[in-house]
Amino acid sequence: MAMINVSGVSLGYEGKAIVSDLNFSVNRGDYLCIVGENGSGKSTLMKTLLGRKSVIAGKIEFSDGLKQNEIGYLPQQTEVQRDFPASVREIVLSGCINGCGMRPFYSKAQKEAAAANMEKLGISDLAGRCYRELSGGQQQRVLLARALCATKSLLVLDEPVAGLDPVVTQELYRLISDINKEGITVIMVSHDIAAAAQYATHILHISHKPLFFGTKDEYTASDIYRRFISRGGDAE
Amino acid sequence: MNALQTLLNYLSYPFVRNAIIAGVLIALCAALLGVSLVLKRYSMIGDGLSHVAFGAMAIAAVCSMAPMTTALPITIAAAVILLGVNSSSKIKGDAAIAMISVGALALGYLLLNIFSVSTNVSGDVCTTLFGSTSILTLSKTDVILCAALAAAVIIVFCVFYHKIFAVTFDEEFACATGVNAKFYNILIAVVTAVVIVLAMNLVGALLISALIIFPALSAMRLFKSFLSVIISSAVISVICAVLGILIAVLCGTPVGSTIVAADIAVFLLCFTAGKITKRS
Repeated sequence: MAMINVSGVSLGYEGKAIVSDLNFSVNRGDYLCIVGENGSGKSTLMKTLLGRKSVIAGKIEFSDGLKQNEIGYLPQQTEVQRDFPASVREIVLSGCINGCGMRPFYSKAQKEAAAANMEKLGISDLAGRCYRELSGGQQQRVLLARALCATKSLLVLDEPVAGLDPVVTQELYRLISDINKEGITVIMVSHDIAAAAQYATHILHISHKPLFFGTKDEYTASDIYRRFISRGGDAE
Repeated sequence: MNALQTLLNYLSYPFVRNAIIAGVLIALCAALLGVSLVLKRYSMIGDGLSHVAFGAMAIAAVCSMAPMTTALPITIAAAVILLGVNSSSKIKGDAAIAMISVGALALGYLLLNIFSVSTNVSGDVCTTLFGSTSILTLSKTDVILCAALAAAVIIVFCVFYHKIFAVTFDEEFACATGVNAKFYNILIAVVTAVVIVLAMNLVGALLISALIIFPALSAMRLFKSFLSVIISSAVISVICAVLGILIAVLCGTPVGSTIVAADIAVFLLCFTAGKITKRS
């Protein structure tokens, strides 16, 4: 049984479709990379998966008992966050908020989980530091740790390496890959097709309509992939 | 020594003590909320709502109703509308705020002039806009109402502290992981409205924003975690309020503008201190 099943889905604004006829499924433990150009509808698709938008047509089914408050999400950074006075510990801990319900404070178990996730991502020594003074790569790790606090099963990442230098980018990709190998399903939106082909298990390539969905090996053997790679390895 | 003697003399009057109690509570509430509003880029909402509160006060004066109990529901309604408009509308957030705020100001003044009940309209308007001495004329019931509302604000803030942090830092993430961000935004708006109506007594409608944003901005120059910013902002705000009231009583200056002047002085200090510590 698939974790997420998307059948015949069309997405868009005010009735006008941006993407149509999406059919794909995500199984537990998959690493799905959604690639496509800017404006191809991949961000809209992600927002819909997160329950922030509704579909125009078709349906999205969640199974395996996946609830809205069990999804970890790594959004793109906002302007507000760039000069936000908060310590790393406060931010990571805020990932546990969806498990609090009506309880006003964090439980001991949640604090331990936050500490464990900071350890896992190698940011324990930054716990007391101020978020706005960290480098871009460190900030992404903090937000990734927060996303891990929010989930045990599914992680959704929106362009996680945007604006990072190549070395930090590779480190972050490896971290995400490690997290996936520990059994957490990963859905990543990206326009970095080369990296997607390297790390993901499944690829969904969209450009207003689905161009390709399948495993990584099928994708790298496909015409679409070869066409993009021959254009310099970039989807843009 | 002489000034101290005069001060002690003044403190023996109940109206001065009442003013200080109310002033401390209002300043505390304003500072707690201010951090969140500044960080969410909502500073102007505080300003807009204070003008709405002025309009509501004008209606209360014309209909000879109790000012606070009339202004409270109207300001809360405006707050909810402003935040609702902010998220989904053809009129963008800042334009909506500007529209409501100048609209309320103009209509309030118009009402006061047309249905004038007192002989000194411009004096009344000046009092409502700049607070002048109204904090020193609070009755016992006013102080009790003030204390109750302030206590409610502080309790709400403590209970929802972590949720307010999550929604302030990253609304997208909070929504995506199942937190009802809209509810917390409206909660912040309602509490802001309560604080503004309270603060009108202290500093007057036009100066409320100063009470909300200056302590938060000062604290943000110096501190690096959310909790320390909140706490220091509250401390700064309370100190400035007490200082302002005492100076105003001693020197006979208007209470509201003296408190704001103290806030500005502290902000300049913090700004300089922040620059120096950053360089070293």
